Amino acid sequence: MDLASAKMIGAGLASIALIGAGVGIGIIFGNYLSGALRNPGAAQGQFTNLLVGFALCEFTGLLGVVMAFIILFT
Amino acid sequence: MASPMEQFEIRPIVPLHVGNLDISFTNASLWMCIVAGAAALFLTMGASSRRLVPTRMQSIAEISYVMIADMIRSAAGIEGLKFFPFVFTLFMFVLFSNLLGLFPLVHPFTVTSHIIVTFALAIFVFLMVIAVGLARHGLHFLSIFAPKVPAVMLVILIPIEIVSFLSRPISLSVRLFANMLAGHTMLYVFGTFVIGLATAGGVLSLVSVMPLLAIIAVAALEFLIAFLQAYVFAILTCIYLNDALNLHEHH
Repeated sequence: MDLASAKMIGAGLASIALIGAGVGIGIIFGNYLSGALRNPGAAQGQFTNLLVGFALCEFTGLLGVVMAFIILFT
Repeated sequence: MASPMEQFEIRPIVPLHVGNLDISFTNASLWMCIVAGAAALFLTMGASSRRLVPTRMQSIAEISYVMIADMIRSAAGIEGLKFFPFVFTLFMFVLFSNLLGLFPLVHPFTVTSHIIVTFALAIFVFLMVIAVGLARHGLHFLSIFAPKVPAVMLVILIPIEIVSFLSRPISLSVRLFANMLAGHTMLYVFGTFVIGLATAGGVLSLVSVMPLLAIIAVAALEFLIAFLQAYVFAILTCIYLNDALNLHEHH
């Protein structure tokens, strides 16, 4: 296998990290929504925590994307 | 066809070399000036009329001001409001560079799609948090690494806390940079689908409407992400400041 095709496969493998990020973001927003529907009064106060959780979760997936870009374009 | 990474290329406008240093005025510098100018112009225009019934411009400026003030108050307490100008500037700069990069202007360039820009912002936040913490608590600031748990747990937790503290500037900068990079690359890739299908001829030309519609949806999502990332950047700054100001007490 030459380097170019190995790079393509490597970048594809690195993108698998996004599965975890997608699942995680879904869990965060889904649980926030179910919690907010049970207790709408407390929902607004937890919005910050929601976004922080979202940001932390998204970061793990984005590391994979950055890795894929680095593999592809360097 | 050009690589999807071509849009992030930095080209010198006014080449300038001092010794081995390349300090050329590039399109990145130009766009940074535009971003700073646009943010300043927007807020000055918003604040200039000062009507009792606000105009649209004034209303947006006031909403953004109140939003950041509320955010700092809830995340870092009343004392955090001392840092309002800093956080607000940071938020406005990130927001405007994210948004202006999305507008289909002549040569749109997103300043925040370069890791060096976001890393410079993040390392500044990081160093400021350390400086604020040390100035306020002295060496007691180091207790930030030791949460209130049984002593046995500290053996495991202190290394974890140190690593998580040190990874803050990296996570803060990489998050913003990767979001912008991935978003613009995605728009470009969908754009090549449209051109590729439309020029293919026959039935395929009709199918090219589908990626076009997808671009519209993705562009809308990108506007949301542009705002969200600026918000997240600002709120994480507030949370880090809260750690420095109040150590482990939450607000």
